[in-house]
Amino acid sequence: MKLLVCVSKTPETTAKIAFTEGNTQFDTSGVQFIMNPYDEWYALVRALELKEANGGSVTLINVGPAANDTVIRKGLAIGADEAVRVDTEPSSALFVAKQIAAYAKKEAFDVVFLGKETIDYNGSEVGAMVAELLDVPFISYASHMEMDGDTATVTRDIEGGNEVVEVKAPFVVSAAKGLAEQRIPNMRGIMMAKRKPLKVEPAVEAEDLSVAVHYELPPEKGDVKLVDPENMDELVRLLHEEAKAI
Amino acid sequence: MVLIFAETQKGKFKKAAYELAYYGYQTAQALGTECAALVLGTAEGAEELGKYGASKVYHVTDTALDTFDSQAYTKVIAAAAEKAGANVVIVGHTSTGKSLLGRLAVRMNAGSVPAVNAIPTVEGGTFKVRKPVFSGKAFADYEVKSENKVLSLMGNSLQPQEVGEPASVEALDVEVPAAQVTVKEVKRMEGRTPLPEAELVVSAGRGMKGPENWGIIEELAETMGATTACSRPVADADWRPHHEHVGQTGVAIRPNLYFAIGISGAIQHLAGVNSSKTIVVINKDPEAPFFKAADYGVVGDLFDVVPRLNEAMKKFKAEN
Ligand SMILES: Cc1cc2nc3c(=O)[nH]c(=O)nc-3n(C[C@H](O)[C@H](O)[C@H](O)COP(=O)(O)OP(=O)(O)OC[C@H]3O[C@@H](n4cnc5c(N)ncnc54)[C@H](O)[C@@H]3O)c2cc1C
Repeated sequence: MKLLVCVSKTPETTAKIAFTEGNTQFDTSGVQFIMNPYDEWYALVRALELKEANGGSVTLINVGPAANDTVIRKGLAIGADEAVRVDTEPSSALFVAKQIAAYAKKEAFDVVFLGKETIDYNGSEVGAMVAELLDVPFISYASHMEMDGDTATVTRDIEGGNEVVEVKAPFVVSAAKGLAEQRIPNMRGIMMAKRKPLKVEPAVEAEDLSVAVHYELPPEKGDVKLVDPENMDELVRLLHEEAKAI
Repeated sequence: MVLIFAETQKGKFKKAAYELAYYGYQTAQALGTECAALVLGTAEGAEELGKYGASKVYHVTDTALDTFDSQAYTKVIAAAAEKAGANVVIVGHTSTGKSLLGRLAVRMNAGSVPAVNAIPTVEGGTFKVRKPVFSGKAFADYEVKSENKVLSLMGNSLQPQEVGEPASVEALDVEVPAAQVTVKEVKRMEGRTPLPEAELVVSAGRGMKGPENWGIIEELAETMGATTACSRPVADADWRPHHEHVGQTGVAIRPNLYFAIGISGAIQHLAGVNSSKTIVVINKDPEAPFFKAADYGVVGDLFDVVPRLNEAMKKFKAEN
């Protein structure tokens, strides 16, 4: 099985969120970047487990500039066999999806994995776009997945429960919590990663049809109103009369 | 024309569908056009969507659409949009909608904006719409440049209001392709409202000490008709099921009322819950960071406070 895992680079979860250029750009100064947790913890690890069980290869793909190589090397240290970076600025979801789909089509992967969303733009749309571009099925929010030959049985999270589906490769799957357990790269992995191939591919032509043009921080919360722990009737009254929440 | 795709569950519409109809109506007003609704497979009461702003309902009745396959659904929705003359298609930001939005964007060559939470604005021909980014730590306004546009609406973004009469339902004849995905089983917990849709949420963290103590949380949730949630370490330790985990790496929610009980308020937890309209924090540590994000706070031992709160809620329920 040829498995492709899409990895994206996101700000670290405690990063201070601020904007520059008249609130039109995310301020990256002083921000640490990590591999998007859903890509790293679940998508990549499940792909590695399936390779370990059934043979095949795991390739990473990232769309971004050379500065992303540290994130890609981490994926190689966790265990991927090789990586490709499409050398361009990831300017919109559709643009990124077109880069990934172009490479996936050329290399005929059996399964394309990615995280259920990125923790920066929270779009959750690249997977569906890649699937449509490749004209293959898409299973979102997978929390369990087994492969038997080219047939996968996948449990996907839905509102208030889950759904078990069966699908034949090739397909695209997005990973949610439960699909695998996070792996920490060890020294040997880190050393080996340095020698694994990281190919740089040119971008294909693609347009941005929607772009973020302005950012805003949410309004500051006012001061918290403290309620006497002995007097919960008062809290209920405030929630009813003041907050109109019950 | 704006077309909303109104989801059903076991053939019935939920509040999210009315929210979407009302959002579609508001969007159509901003664009100076009308909003139609699309309904797929078995569905009862589709005319009701008219009350919330759909001027017309198109129904593709083929029961092959009773199970979900994103590929087949996308083809049907895109074909229906073409027949209806719609260039804006709006779906819910649900497990179904998220599987469709990106596909529709590609198929319709449309600019997409996922998880929108405000009505779009149209000024001088420029279409803009707002969505939360950085897991709720900021908002971004997106400009959609293409003629065709697809959006997914975040749950609980607006309160649906009645603006019209029941609509006429017209059967729409579009080809339904064979599904490539076989649905083997659908399991839903009956009773409680699922977290992403819940208006009232009672959430608890590591301050609970162990899973055996969750009775007081369940009781409070029961009294209020609320859905239960938890912090990440609680789900990781299997004290509670994974689907209850809220935050940056769990479910992002925006209920009307969020109770945070024995949760410290780490930045990753706040990220998924800080768009809640009212936040109440119960914590014995007055320095807990969550108090800074709270509307109401109770400094005290949760094992005393929560049962007392439950009694007060019961009394309130009995009187109202
Ligand atoms: C990459 C990353 C992603 C993460 N994503 C998430 C996420 O999505 N969601 C999430 O929740 N966390 C997430 N975390 C973890 C987060 O950083 C915190 O560790 C976690 O939220 C803490 O959970 P907690 O508040 O339940 O526990 P603690 O931080 O241990 O807090 C327990 C609280 O209970 C209070 N308490 C104790 N006993 C009592 C009592 N008797 N009465 C009243 N109060 C009491 C204490 O004062 C304390 O404030 C993430 C972390 C990382 C690194």
